[in-house]
Amino acid sequence: MLKYFLRRIALTIPTFVALMFVTFVAIRLVPGDPVEVRVGERGISAERLAHFRHELGLDQPVWKQFADYMWQLVHGDFGTSLVTNQKVLTEFAALFPATIELGLAGMLIAILVGIPAGAMAAVKRGTWYDQLLMGISVTGYSMPIFWWGLILIMVVAEGWGLTPVSGRIDLIKYYFPPVTGFMTVDAWMSGQPGAFLDALHHLVLPAIVLGTIPLAVIARMTRSSMLEVLNEDYVRTARAKGLPPRRVVGIHALRNALIPVVTIIGLQVGTLVAGAVLTETIFSWPGVGKWLIEAVGRRDYPALQGGVMLISAIVMLVNLGVDMLYGVINPRIRHGS
Amino acid sequence: MALEFWRAYRENRGALLGLAVVTVIVILAFLADVIAPYSPTEQFRDAVRMPPVWADGGTWRFILGTDGLGRDMLSRLLHGARVSLFIGVSVMSVSFVVGIALGLSAAWFRGALDVVVSRVMDLIMAVPSLVLAILVVAVLGPSLANTIVAVTIVYLPRYVRLVRASALNELSKEYVIASRVAGVGPLRLMLSTVLPNCLAPLIVQAALGVSDAILEAAALGFLGLGAQPPIAEWGTMLADAREFIRSNPSLVTLPGLAILVTVVSINLLGDGLRDALDPKMRTS
Repeated sequence: MLKYFLRRIALTIPTFVALMFVTFVAIRLVPGDPVEVRVGERGISAERLAHFRHELGLDQPVWKQFADYMWQLVHGDFGTSLVTNQKVLTEFAALFPATIELGLAGMLIAILVGIPAGAMAAVKRGTWYDQLLMGISVTGYSMPIFWWGLILIMVVAEGWGLTPVSGRIDLIKYYFPPVTGFMTVDAWMSGQPGAFLDALHHLVLPAIVLGTIPLAVIARMTRSSMLEVLNEDYVRTARAKGLPPRRVVGIHALRNALIPVVTIIGLQVGTLVAGAVLTETIFSWPGVGKWLIEAVGRRDYPALQGGVMLISAIVMLVNLGVDMLYGVINPRIRHGS
Repeated sequence: MALEFWRAYRENRGALLGLAVVTVIVILAFLADVIAPYSPTEQFRDAVRMPPVWADGGTWRFILGTDGLGRDMLSRLLHGARVSLFIGVSVMSVSFVVGIALGLSAAWFRGALDVVVSRVMDLIMAVPSLVLAILVVAVLGPSLANTIVAVTIVYLPRYVRLVRASALNELSKEYVIASRVAGVGPLRLMLSTVLPNCLAPLIVQAALGVSDAILEAAALGFLGLGAQPPIAEWGTMLADAREFIRSNPSLVTLPGLAILVTVVSINLLGDGLRDALDPKMRTS
């Protein structure tokens, strides 16, 4: 078991170093001088220019710059934003809880709706419900979610007035200091009447948008995994000994069918992050996805570099965690290879 | 064999529907110059933000209305189909060829080359797709060509891994050993003996890869990092229409619907291909 874990961790390290190298090279390939971005259009003296270049380490040989960069990363220094002059890690850490909150809410919707819907389709295989659900599922995972978000804003928020259009909470009515960074939790803890519901109200629509693709994938996976399991001998045995169908499907079959579904859920983390970039942009949700796009727009390359590094590192760690969890759940993986 | 394949394919009603819609979209894209009433970039200053013909104030002059600069929506959507299909097919073809080259080389030479190729692919897979595409575009600069480059890089690992894995699997089989003993050279062995037996999953991947590429490119376009104005690209059109979401909802609805219909039908087609080509891969 320990050997499997160590092996998995060891495999992640070279990928991580390569990631450092790629982000390092990428930013140096950007046309234009980072110093010029900082200086602006007014121009400065040669002396100040040399000072800036030295400050950014640009007067060093390239290999030294890379070594310094790695050294900084290992010590948790992900660079300084050219625009705000703040540490990238500080900015990222302040915005990251908003992204996690959105991601968790989206995933929760996807799981809570996707698994029962998929299992139901498998049980009712070939009926109109099954066909309808599979049709919806194909549409779901083909969805351009940036458009889906706009349509929902148009219909649900603007048309029916059911939810707010953007943001995380009504800032005019409620104010409380961030404690956890999760707006719903902070609102709950602030004890202000209505704050929690308002935060939840803001969260619903973006979470639905972000959860759409994972929902479709989970529903499809649950259905096909369930169909396989329903043909197994142990399910037939459970039926033969006269257990009620609900128990057979809900406990004997679903439990076993969920193993591949758990893997798929883990693999959705990358999809969620990519989706968060779009969802946050549409709903003005102040998370790291929106921040990353803004960094590109402002040509704030250190922020982009640090942001990509941090996001990728987090996704890699989560994937590693999922792999290990899978090793714990599934003995075949643990002992094999 | 083709007949047998077609028999299996046409059993799937969704796949038939997908094939029909894709065919229509391809024809429309090819004939965009002929069918489109106007040039996609021509601005009618007297008819800015006209509603579509079925809405109040719509005219037959602009069947689907005009956008914020007075450009005909129908013409732009038709030309947009051309742009999206061009992106999808370019990404797919390059990935297909490069994927086969890298995957087969990694499987044949093993050793250092295999390690390097596999690690690089792992790295690409580790970064969330859109984030990597954004990084690539930020470095190269936003344009249609760079969109294709970025999306190709993002989706290349799927092809490489697929080819490598199935080639490794085939290489261990007896017919390959037999042809080796018979003195077949490595290039011929890989291309005409091993490759044809890896093709089925690769074709399915290629079909589904077209729709993924279209979706990814539209997302980049929407973020302002894809095809640049005045090119009529569906994602870019959506981004331009955002400010008119209240006054002219059809400007938002139509380009997205075009993306959705195209992607859904290509996915249906891909699922149908998978079911027909390889019964083992069937999802149900």
